[in-house]
Amino acid sequence: MATESVAAGRGDFVSNLGRIYTIYTGGFIAFIILMAILSALGVPNRIIGYMFVGFTILIYAVIGILSRTMQVGEYYVAGRRVPAIYNGMATGADWMSGASFVGMAGTLYLLGYDGLAFVLGWTGGYVLVAILVAPYLRKFGAYTVPDFLSARYGGNLARFIGVIVLFSCSFTYVVAQIYATGIISARFLGLDFNVAVYVGLAGILVCSMLGGMRAVTWTQVAQYIVLIIAYLIPAIWMSTIKTGIPIPQLMQGQALQGIAALEAAQGIAVGHATPFSHGGYNALNYFLLILCLMVGTASLPHVLMRYFTTPSVREARVSVAWSLLFIFILYFTAPAYAAFAKWTMLDLVASGLTPENIADKASWMFRWAAADNSLVQICGKAAIDAAAVAAACGEAGVTNIAFANINLNADMIVLATPEMAGMPYVISGLVAAGGLAAALSTADGLLLAIANALSHDIYYKMIDQNAPTARRLVVSRVLLVLVAIAAAYVASTKPADILAMVSWAFSLAAAGLFPALVLGVWWKRANSPGAIAGMIAGFGVCLYYLLGTRYGAVGFYEMWSGLSTATPEAIAKFEELKAAYAAAAPDAQAAAWAALDKHAQSIANWWGVKNLSAAAFGLPVGFLVMYVVSRLTKEPSSELQNFIEELRIPRGNTLMEEKSA
Amino acid sequence: MAVNDRIGYWNKTRGLMFTMLALWVFFGFIVHMFVTSLNEIVILGFPLGFYMAAQGSLIAFVVMLFWFARKQNAIDEEFGVAED
Repeated sequence: MATESVAAGRGDFVSNLGRIYTIYTGGFIAFIILMAILSALGVPNRIIGYMFVGFTILIYAVIGILSRTMQVGEYYVAGRRVPAIYNGMATGADWMSGASFVGMAGTLYLLGYDGLAFVLGWTGGYVLVAILVAPYLRKFGAYTVPDFLSARYGGNLARFIGVIVLFSCSFTYVVAQIYATGIISARFLGLDFNVAVYVGLAGILVCSMLGGMRAVTWTQVAQYIVLIIAYLIPAIWMSTIKTGIPIPQLMQGQALQGIAALEAAQGIAVGHATPFSHGGYNALNYFLLILCLMVGTASLPHVLMRYFTTPSVREARVSVAWSLLFIFILYFTAPAYAAFAKWTMLDLVASGLTPENIADKASWMFRWAAADNSLVQICGKAAIDAAAVAAACGEAGVTNIAFANINLNADMIVLATPEMAGMPYVISGLVAAGGLAAALSTADGLLLAIANALSHDIYYKMIDQNAPTARRLVVSRVLLVLVAIAAAYVASTKPADILAMVSWAFSLAAAGLFPALVLGVWWKRANSPGAIAGMIAGFGVCLYYLLGTRYGAVGFYEMWSGLSTATPEAIAKFEELKAAYAAAAPDAQAAAWAALDKHAQSIANWWGVKNLSAAAFGLPVGFLVMYVVSRLTKEPSSELQNFIEELRIPRGNTLMEEKSA
Repeated sequence: MAVNDRIGYWNKTRGLMFTMLALWVFFGFIVHMFVTSLNEIVILGFPLGFYMAAQGSLIAFVVMLFWFARKQNAIDEEFGVAED
């Protein structure tokens, strides 16, 4: 197998990377062709699905086991020997989560132009990573992001706050990844969701536990290759069928014209390409979301720590560029994917879809609706079978099903597109393997970021500075397993707000870490009290806005009603519901409160800013507090100023030298 | 390295950073503020405003980063602070 030489000498492996991963890619394509042949020979779909998922996880496990290590430098930063281009690929897999792979095109399908805020936000942030942060952290030579905060802002308090921010933004994110692996395994392997979550967990641990960053790096490269192939093939397929030209990104223009014509025929007023009009994204929220996602990208510890692994500062900069190129390949395909899927659906509806012929034309809908009621709804009810559709549409007085009558869940669109467009089952299996690769690779990076912060920053630096190497690595692995099990447990309870929480991670990271990281490099006058106050204030304001508008909406609205953009009608409705709650009998109180709370969530805001963009407040507060407090307190010592001078210059050794094993 | 060189190096580095930041603001935000008027122009079926958000700005970001890596490296070499 292509991965055997991982076991051979390090230098040997690194110098042969190109050959190894070329053979690996060829092997994967051959595997897809083999599956297609087996499928044509009549092997059942379920077996094909098992083989896709089983074979890819087996490869990751083999790489993970071959890359095991007992050296601190290898475990935390892969020995700092990862070439820029491979680190870029690994960052791509690290970055593109289950949500990007599974949910992004679906969001674009539903939100049209306004969904592009995610595409812009999740790519443009790398500009900030490259110019403001990553090369300097690489020069410093940290193992973790809190390491840098501690050295720059003298002491464990800054380190500890950094760990808290890191933990709160990474943990919810990793829960979402394990949740995604559970969903995919449940749908394609037919496992029970609770079992599927723990199967996903095993897949994650086997990649990261034995080899730390070193193993995660080489599996992430392998996972990137799987996920990008799995994403491109269906898009190329649809483009070829619809337009005859296999370049979906280019032919998207034709798809947009097709969509516009069919939307007009369907009487849909707000078209796919119309800006600032879908899902409550006015121009203000559109631009604030872009800003929060971009700044969050440049602050998320599991992304920043990937640049600790390059051999030099110069390679770190080039590596950011490669990362973005590899991410770009998926993100500029996503809008095309969405456009072709939407065009296909509009075509289906325009061909005269009725409750009578839906079983012939789109039976795939029934399978998804059966898996989960909320995934496919027609005329407002779950489309479990033709009879259910006929009943629901009969009730609504619909004879010809229109586009507006069909309600697809954003998270199923990518996974269901192969069936929607009539592709063979092999493509569905491939897409499942790709979604799994995306979720597993991100989960690995996040788990490692959390476990490293706990073992390196809390245990080694704050509790036992004399811990021997072997014990540090054991502690690290035990913590990794514990955090992973905790995350899998939370995922198995199916927390309702899981997707919202992922978006929150960006705002929390941006508000909590960005000012301290950027000013730490670019402003010598920034000092310890300023950074600590700035991190607490920025993170605090952001958290207050997130939690207040979501979980304490009634109280939040009453306190800040002057800043809310509620219309007079909405205010009247709020007063009415509040009176109803006050007057409700004891047994009706819960329902009255739920109605009041639900309405309050729609009006609890400052100047109409969505809760997704909470860093819009936390970020400026963080910068301002950090500036003012730094100015009011003593400037950093001359040793620290020299330290910053050294940080800014690529030449020379890393500043934090670790005694290695 | 002499103090003057350090200051010169950092001034150039900072200048490049602000150039990149300005380009980032332009492609990340400014150009999308004109989406409605840009959508009047249609090329190969793409309304131009939609195209900029779906592909145009992304391409700009990628090109910018490779350009930045080269440019910053040239500054490092000019001041003799590049790694060996």
